Amino acid sequence: MIVRIMTEGQFKLADDDIERINELDNVCVAAVDGGDREGFKVAFAQLLDMVREHGTPIADDDLVGSDVLVPPPDTSFEEAAADFTGDGLIPG
Amino acid sequence: MAGLAGRMSTTIKAKVSSFLDRAEDPQETLDYSYQRQLESLQNVKKGIADVVTSKKRLQMQAERLEQSVVKLDGQARAALNAGNEELARTALERKQLAQNEMQSLDGQVGELEEQQQKLTDNEKKLRQKIEAFKTKKEVIKAQYSAAEAQVKISEAATGVGEEMADIGLAMQRAEDKTEQMKARAGAVEELEASGTFDDLTQIGGGGGDDIDRQLAELSTGQGVDDELAKMRAELGSGSAEGEGESKQLGKGEGSST
Repeated sequence: MIVRIMTEGQFKLADDDIERINELDNVCVAAVDGGDREGFKVAFAQLLDMVREHGTPIADDDLVGSDVLVPPPDTSFEEAAADFTGDGLIPG
Repeated sequence: MAGLAGRMSTTIKAKVSSFLDRAEDPQETLDYSYQRQLESLQNVKKGIADVVTSKKRLQMQAERLEQSVVKLDGQARAALNAGNEELARTALERKQLAQNEMQSLDGQVGELEEQQQKLTDNEKKLRQKIEAFKTKKEVIKAQYSAAEAQVKISEAATGVGEEMADIGLAMQRAEDKTEQMKARAGAVEELEASGTFDDLTQIGGGGGDDIDRQLAELSTGQGVDDELAKMRAELGSGSAEGEGESKQLGKGEGSST
């Protein structure tokens, strides 16, 4: 799957990694729902690191669309409320 | 996928598909797409230039404040040397205010520096995507039937469209930050204009009340006391031997006032 960290770039990730990212995605949703700022900050940072470390950057001249869009790394807790609702970034 | 990211991906897809629906000739679509992409790239360059301008303005402000800090420090020393503690205190209070503002400006300059770097990286990425689109468009023109071309164009346009939307978001965030900083820079300018950081030789006439009020608002007491003591120690050390006892004069006697 192709994941884009907004304002940063695109990465190609294996399905297993997507699974793990989906878990963190759900943790983010739970944190936002529960008004847990610190919990969100930690989970979101882990999610970003996961994408960066396990993903292979897509070449700049590759014109592929993304399957998942992750909000910008400097997303605030308030902004996150818009993205991390329901299923979060990834369904399921 | 309901949030910003979700909305964005929906918007990109809608834009690309409505654009392709309107197109009658794939070849024309390709050329038009490419033109639009080049225009977007120009806008990105303009955006980066704006960030650089804001950064320079803040840098200049910080430099002016630094000069004030140096000047006021010198005046405090001179005042203390001349035995005018009140004047020295006023100079140090101003110095601290200027120093605080300077540090906050330095931090903002650093943030803008980061934004600029990020936008520059994004611009490079977008430029390469557009280059790739250009190459691909020639291949599509040469090799594919109209129906196949539609699919290929859609893919390529989505790829570039997403990059453009992404850089649009990065730009938006940079602009928001720059706006906040402009407001802050404006506030510092007002302080400058009201004479808050002026050196003491320029005091006099009107505006004094305003300065006093601003100074009173500062919670600089302790810092100023510390610095006064330090300065006193430095200044005192040169002539301390002979006059060391003179400071004890009041001890035990009528310290009534």
